[in-house]
Amino acid sequence: MIFPALAYLAIFFVVPFWSLFKTSLSTMGGSIFLPQLTFAWDFSNYGHALVTYQDQILRSLLYAFTATVVSLLISYPLAYVIAFKSGRYKNLLLGLVVLPFFVTFLVRTLAWKTILADDGIVVHTLSAVGVLPPDGRLLSTSWAVIGGLIYNSMTFMILPLFVSLEKIDPRLLEASKDLYSSSFRAFRKVIFPLSIPGVLAGSLLVFIPAMGDFINADYLGSTQTTMIGNVIQKQFLIVKDYPGAAALSFLLMAMILAGVLSYTRALGTEDLV
Amino acid sequence: MTLQEGAAIVDVLDSPPAKNRRSLRGTGKIGDILLRVVAGLVLLYIFIPIFVIVLFSFNKPAGKFNYTWQGFTLDNWADPFKYPALAEALKLSIQVAALSTAIAVVLGTLLAIALVRQRFRGNKAVDTFLVLPLTAPEVVMGASLLTLFLDLGWATGFTTILIAHVAFEISFVAMTVRARVRGFDWTLEDASMDLGASPARTFFKVTLPLIVPGIVAAAMLSFALSLDDFIVTYFVSGSTVTYPLYVNAATKAAVPPQIDVLATAILVISLILLAVGTLYRRKRLVV
Repeated sequence: MIFPALAYLAIFFVVPFWSLFKTSLSTMGGSIFLPQLTFAWDFSNYGHALVTYQDQILRSLLYAFTATVVSLLISYPLAYVIAFKSGRYKNLLLGLVVLPFFVTFLVRTLAWKTILADDGIVVHTLSAVGVLPPDGRLLSTSWAVIGGLIYNSMTFMILPLFVSLEKIDPRLLEASKDLYSSSFRAFRKVIFPLSIPGVLAGSLLVFIPAMGDFINADYLGSTQTTMIGNVIQKQFLIVKDYPGAAALSFLLMAMILAGVLSYTRALGTEDLV
Repeated sequence: MTLQEGAAIVDVLDSPPAKNRRSLRGTGKIGDILLRVVAGLVLLYIFIPIFVIVLFSFNKPAGKFNYTWQGFTLDNWADPFKYPALAEALKLSIQVAALSTAIAVVLGTLLAIALVRQRFRGNKAVDTFLVLPLTAPEVVMGASLLTLFLDLGWATGFTTILIAHVAFEISFVAMTVRARVRGFDWTLEDASMDLGASPARTFFKVTLPLIVPGIVAAAMLSFALSLDDFIVTYFVSGSTVTYPLYVNAATKAAVPPQIDVLATAILVISLILLAVGTLYRRKRLVV
């Protein structure tokens, strides 16, 4: 019974990675319309990608990291309130958190473009208060891109956090109170450590897609805010430099893997799922 | 819905609900209020773009781009399929979503049932294997499928989109169904056979009714993932245009308000389906 599904995944998930790997070590000849790939153990593709796109690589790391941290900081209070303080409104609140799922991801991002537009209400308000950077723009800045990454990934930070918080027995908290711990101390010593699986799952679900994203940088950013995803997309589909783009894809995977491993080690849990 | 959103939903489905939980008290009054205010603001943040989308579906844009508010009109709602290409794209997306979901549900459900019922060597390995598609960024998944199709010399189009969608849906279906059928009493099947039912009858009368709610949840998730997928589809679509691909192309040329109309309509339809599903479950008291 497991054979059909596993065979399907082997053919259309594992084999493609082999193709990608092969492509990343190939040299390309022929024309842009009829590229000829020759497998040649050509590791120079990697070095070349690393050097040419170092800006995008560093930017992706920085954006994805910032988005993950901010997302965690603003999602935690909401997940906490839903898990512990919502009473009979719990399901309603969870429903509200999930609701934006049902609007196409691209249309949501476009909406942010409307909101942050140069003649939009946010820019007007901020410039009236006088807290806008000199050029007076929000759109096409790094912060717009990071904001988009945060927005599009918040729900998948909130849900795992909620799941892990909800599993905590409230009596543990009462016990810590009975033993004269302050609210903050109870949070630091009891709740937070027990919610770490959620923190871990949520962070990964935010970090991984943020590293590979190109929509937010494309819609909300400028040529100064391109990320690895933008390059991979462009090199694959427009420039058709398949070996270079494939090599960059593997570099991206390697960075994500390194990030995930060091992060799980730092949080001291091996449970990825 | 992106793949990671799907993963987050599976995570919630996978955890048993806490029983009759009372609200916690005693964070201190000011701390408590502050916490609620912050949570409220975050919730508001989640909703701002949704408000904008609904609002702008009633906009009367001056130029090609529906980006600034010009005035209220019902025209867009009166003619949601004004642009044939948009209607075509949506139709194609629904076809892809329906077909790929049908395939993924069959493959994924078989896998899930096998994983729950049989303890076999490598069970754990299969589990890990299922999670892998979630750990690869979509851009890499799309790129790898494209290189495979290039290797094979296949022209990209409807079939390759379908193949790609099934590939990322199987994991979600398998994990969702597994989450829902875990803990069922499978000896009911033995009981049915002991009472003389044939294996086929047992399957249709006992097994299927038990797992149907899980399958329905998985199918809805899978359908939503497929309908909304942009990144993977972008790589393997060739010149075929799905709904998200149409939206993306529109951002470069002209953004008609009908995009917001259809987005709002999809939102409302999803909500109605969700509400009906919830009521139905309450009535039947299944799962």
